[in-house]
Amino acid sequence: MMHFIECLASTSWSIALRESLYLYPWIESAHVLFIAIFFGTLLFVDLRLSGYAFKKLSISEMNRKVLPLSIIGFILMTFTGFLLFYAIPIRNYQNLFFRIKMFLMILAGINALYFHWRMNQEGKVWDSNSFIPFSMRCSAALSLCLWSLVIISGRMIAYNWFDCDKQPQSEIINFLTSCVVQTEFYEALDGI
Amino acid sequence: MESSQLLEIIYLLEDSFIGEYVRGSLWLFPVIQSFHLLGLGILGGAVVIGDLRLVGLLFKSESISYVITQTKSVFNFGLILLISTGIPLFLSEAVKCYYSRAFWIKISCLILGILFVYLVRNPIALNKGEGVYMKIIGFVSFSLWVVTAASGRWIGFS
Repeated sequence: MMHFIECLASTSWSIALRESLYLYPWIESAHVLFIAIFFGTLLFVDLRLSGYAFKKLSISEMNRKVLPLSIIGFILMTFTGFLLFYAIPIRNYQNLFFRIKMFLMILAGINALYFHWRMNQEGKVWDSNSFIPFSMRCSAALSLCLWSLVIISGRMIAYNWFDCDKQPQSEIINFLTSCVVQTEFYEALDGI
Repeated sequence: MESSQLLEIIYLLEDSFIGEYVRGSLWLFPVIQSFHLLGLGILGGAVVIGDLRLVGLLFKSESISYVITQTKSVFNFGLILLISTGIPLFLSEAVKCYYSRAFWIKISCLILGILFVYLVRNPIALNKGEGVYMKIIGFVSFSLWVVTAASGRWIGFS
């Protein structure tokens, strides 16, 4: 994996992105705007599911109208996010917050898949009874919590507190970030 | 007010208790910033859904006043979260903000955006609320918030 990341980092586009003065900030600003589109529209889908907004519309109507926006936001957000990763691959790959963020995104994805699987099966019943099972309300709340944590951990990637080039770190941090440290070097420093 | 007087106030704000406190902490600024970003997501959702309805790209079968009623409290909540996290962020680096063009663009658009939404967009949308000029109102509101958010992000780069 590390070899692949190093290959990514040595491609000319990655170097161009890394060294560009304006492109990187522009992509990052776009990433933030797409987060707002994705998270903000998803918020309304989840608010409808919990019964706090747009109660006049059925669940499936709300999903049909708003979810495409969330999906567009998600695609654009992922694309700009990939470019941001691609600009600084090694640093991101070994960043603790980046790894936490990816883990949380996988959880959020599983939650979303489970939700939509249930909705495909029972959605018509929810619409006609205007009743949503408690477990599905929990799924909506969990979705908001997970995506909030994704945003927070994503913002934290910018901070290098646990980065590999900032040693000494505790062993558990270096393990979690796949950071291999030349221990002899630090032992030599201790000797001085 | 002369700019030197303004700068004096800016220095006072930077030296304020909250400013000092946020600056003195390693993790407080990042944490507040994360919640600021979360607030942006929340406000962004209300802006996207409300203004897309005004422009006529979403919820066409529902009335404008219904959509604005349904998004209003999310908008308010997002704005309160943004302002209450934005103030300590500003206080911690007030002087840097004073010299940042992005900051002044952001503050101008923010004030315009707030005035526009509460004095123009919402009252009109909730009362009569149909017609071609609603599209213009939606477009203006959306643009103001996009520039506010993007120039806000830019403060960090300057």
